Amino acid sequence: MQSNLQHIDPILYPILEQVSDPEIPVLSIMDMGVVRSATISDKKEVKLQITPTYSGCPAMDVIGDDIKTILNKAGYNAHIELVLAPAWTTDWITPKGRKALETYGIAAPLEANADKEVLLNGKRMVKCTNCKSQNTRLVSQFGSTACKAQFQCNDCLEPFDYFKCLK
Amino acid sequence: MKENLYNYILGIADNSLILGQRMGELTGHGPSLEIDIACTNISLDLFGQVRSYYQYAAKIAGDGRTEDDIAMLRKERDYLNVLLVEQPNTDFAYTIARQYLFDVYHAMFLTALQSSHDITLSAIATKSIKEVSYHQRFSSDWIKRLGDGTNESKLKIQNAVNTLWTYTDELFHQTEADKAMVTEHIGVDVTQLKKAYYQKVTSLLTEAALEVPKLKWFQKGGKSGIHTEHLGYLLSDLQYMQRTYPNMEW
Ligand SMILES: [Zn+2]
Repeated sequence: MQSNLQHIDPILYPILEQVSDPEIPVLSIMDMGVVRSATISDKKEVKLQITPTYSGCPAMDVIGDDIKTILNKAGYNAHIELVLAPAWTTDWITPKGRKALETYGIAAPLEANADKEVLLNGKRMVKCTNCKSQNTRLVSQFGSTACKAQFQCNDCLEPFDYFKCLK
Repeated sequence: MKENLYNYILGIADNSLILGQRMGELTGHGPSLEIDIACTNISLDLFGQVRSYYQYAAKIAGDGRTEDDIAMLRKERDYLNVLLVEQPNTDFAYTIARQYLFDVYHAMFLTALQSSHDITLSAIATKSIKEVSYHQRFSSDWIKRLGDGTNESKLKIQNAVNTLWTYTDELFHQTEADKAMVTEHIGVDVTQLKKAYYQKVTSLLTEAALEVPKLKWFQKGGKSGIHTEHLGYLLSDLQYMQRTYPNMEW
């Protein structure tokens, strides 16, 4: 069994934290939870495991390259392995990451049950990222990237993305 | 090389590749911006899943073939997808009906594949099922909207369902690779999914005020590489770049 726990060498954390999702530049890959392990094996050799958010996420290749580049600059040689299990879930986004999303204008994922109510039954629970009103409506279950749905605020009319819950 | 496992993986992956290509054809051509984005998102999910399967297949082949070779450089007869997924985007109703009839099967199949004794297949299934449940929500929703919409939309979706119904039975046919993999607890016994599939589809079609087609004779052949004429045209589009500029890279 693979565990849900991350194993990140504390020396590497601040370096990796500088890499962000190319499609959501305010979100560090560490706050997104896609780096599952990063260990320094033999002096300057770093082994990493990363996991995709969605299978077809085109950001994964870029993220891999960015990790290699930044670790190289810090004097490390990086070996990256893409792992699928355990599958990524929006629960792995850190509180700091959720806050960064909201500030950027993307509503953070709700709990699974609430998410279902919103996407299937049109319940108004997603808060507008502009005016904080809960009087919002689903425009489309699919948004600008695989991980998002499109919403619009009925009060201030702001269109915005909602990060779909994935469990 | 593990021939049965290799063919088994292609049988699963080819469905997603060909359906992904069909949905991708709607890029910039969807009936509305939101639907355009939805269809291409579904396409992207399917292509992502396909990459995981083909990477695994390439590893099993172990002869230097890459995921791209497997996706792009086979001939028509070597594709093992079901006939359903290669049917064209005749109109929006066809796109939705094809998607729905496959999504219901796909979700059931992946749910079962999660218990595969092959850890790679089980991991891909666990990852993919989350995405496919969104696809199924989308297509179910549209079946209901079209069926319970105007006279015109009802007529169109009923026509599409009637035409595509003949391709549904093939989903539950077992290939030699299937049988071998079921014995090894790696594969899913698709014959076991058939009853629940038709129950589920019947219930949604009824809810959408549509008639459930009654057919005694079904089309088959895709799983053994015998395809409808549509696949050749699809592949010439899909493979164009690799055939014209061999080994080109993005
Ligand atoms: Zn607002």
